[in-house]
Amino acid sequence: MSIHPQLLHLIIALIAVMAWVGLNALVLVYFERKGAGFIQRRPGPFEVGPQGIIQPLVDGIKLMCKQLVMPTGADPVLFWTAPLLSMTPVLLLFLVLPYGPWLTGMQIDLGILLILAFAGINVLALLIAGWSSNNKYGLLGAARAVAQSVAYEIPLLLAVLAVAFTTGTLDFVKITEGQGPWPWQWNMVYQPLAFIIFIISAVGECNRAPFDLPEAESELTAGFHTEFSSMGFGLFFMAEYSYMVVVASVASTLFLGGYQGPFGSDGWWWYLPKVYAILMFMIWIRWTYPRVTFVQLLNINWKWLLPLGTVNLLATAFFMKLF
Amino acid sequence: MSAVKDIFQSVKDLWSLFVGLRVTGKYFMQPTLTVHYPRETVDEDVEQTYGGHVELVPKPKNPLKPKCIGCMMCVTNCPSGCLTVVKAKAPKPTPEEEQAMKEAEARGEKVKKPKAPKEPAKFMYDYSLCSLCGTCIENCPVGSLRYSNNIYFVGTSRKEFKLDLLQRLQRQAENTAKAAPEASEPEQAAETAKSEA
Repeated sequence: MSIHPQLLHLIIALIAVMAWVGLNALVLVYFERKGAGFIQRRPGPFEVGPQGIIQPLVDGIKLMCKQLVMPTGADPVLFWTAPLLSMTPVLLLFLVLPYGPWLTGMQIDLGILLILAFAGINVLALLIAGWSSNNKYGLLGAARAVAQSVAYEIPLLLAVLAVAFTTGTLDFVKITEGQGPWPWQWNMVYQPLAFIIFIISAVGECNRAPFDLPEAESELTAGFHTEFSSMGFGLFFMAEYSYMVVVASVASTLFLGGYQGPFGSDGWWWYLPKVYAILMFMIWIRWTYPRVTFVQLLNINWKWLLPLGTVNLLATAFFMKLF
Repeated sequence: MSAVKDIFQSVKDLWSLFVGLRVTGKYFMQPTLTVHYPRETVDEDVEQTYGGHVELVPKPKNPLKPKCIGCMMCVTNCPSGCLTVVKAKAPKPTPEEEQAMKEAEARGEKVKKPKAPKEPAKFMYDYSLCSLCGTCIENCPVGSLRYSNNIYFVGTSRKEFKLDLLQRLQRQAENTAKAAPEASEPEQAAETAKSEA
């Protein structure tokens, strides 16, 4: 009896992805806090380890040691399903991302479609979390999360579609190989508007500041995860950072040439800096811009991103037909 | 036409986003300003600018005594009620003086009773109540109160924030007297600063 090689490949990829997700969350939390510190001209985490480098790890351990509390009147099944439902699709999303020529968990023709489909499950998780926790802040946060995610998914889709039109495929590896190693050969140059729309709506999709309304502390305490303690909260937290990485990875694959390097030096060493550059940019804008109001949030989407995305898509289709 | 104008204005306003990014980016590159307290302390001249709890100002000629005249203006005006001042009582006349006074009274002369000195006998200050509003400082007619620059003031119990300001003044005077010959040495100055607290 032997295991099918493809199954073995998948299992190894999944385990690697789990480790990668955990590691990423730690690194990103550290970068986020350090970045926030330096922008405000303070050192950020400093005391735990040299330059506070093991602070996120210690925080994670603290989070695991805490008590799991469920509010009275909460729906036990949905309440505990929500964090799991938020976290598990993430593992699937990482599988199709091309980290290198041979470092792709699963190369499929519909990679983009898979990511867009399964990333949508997170909205359901947030809704369930807010709704089942029997808390007004949770419910309001969940309602906001749904309104926001549903709205921002459309321009995101339009931006991705514009790239799909030019490359003629939904396969990440083929899209990567359709671009060249040098910056002027990237899709970003041919689709600048789509790139900008993608980044803005990606920040909206990730519930990141300045679009972090579902968890606006000043209005909603913590939004949908108000009632979650310990690793219930930890899973939401990890999922949020993982979605950031997914979005940044997709952006660097679609627009920044993915793992392609000059002189045949393709590999993850070209891919990761691009991903992290986008993540750093997201951290930078988080600590620069104030939070928008909900009306502004939806106005940006429906009055600007959606028309611009549509025009861009139609223009792309027109030019593709022409040449 | 105004709709078109609005659109152009909105696009023009996007520039402010880059201005904001430049500001935070610049701050990101600059060194941090935090002083890591137990390992570092702030510079002397920075410490001088710190407005800490209230302290008494000594008389220019006698550093052991405060300028205070015991008028109770600070106590009356304090909104938090954190000051307790007890006026000094008149000195008790000795038996001989009493005798002399009685005799003078019997003779029908005007008796000169000893007057209470114009100074506080007790000046207690509860820092745990103080809101540092400075009303006492503004209302002191002789300028006997000021903010100290006692920046590293730490305590583990409520009691430690109930300060006897007269005692503190005395300690300060002793410390400066001790430190005066070797005032040039910075270590000594730092030590006195610590013991002053």
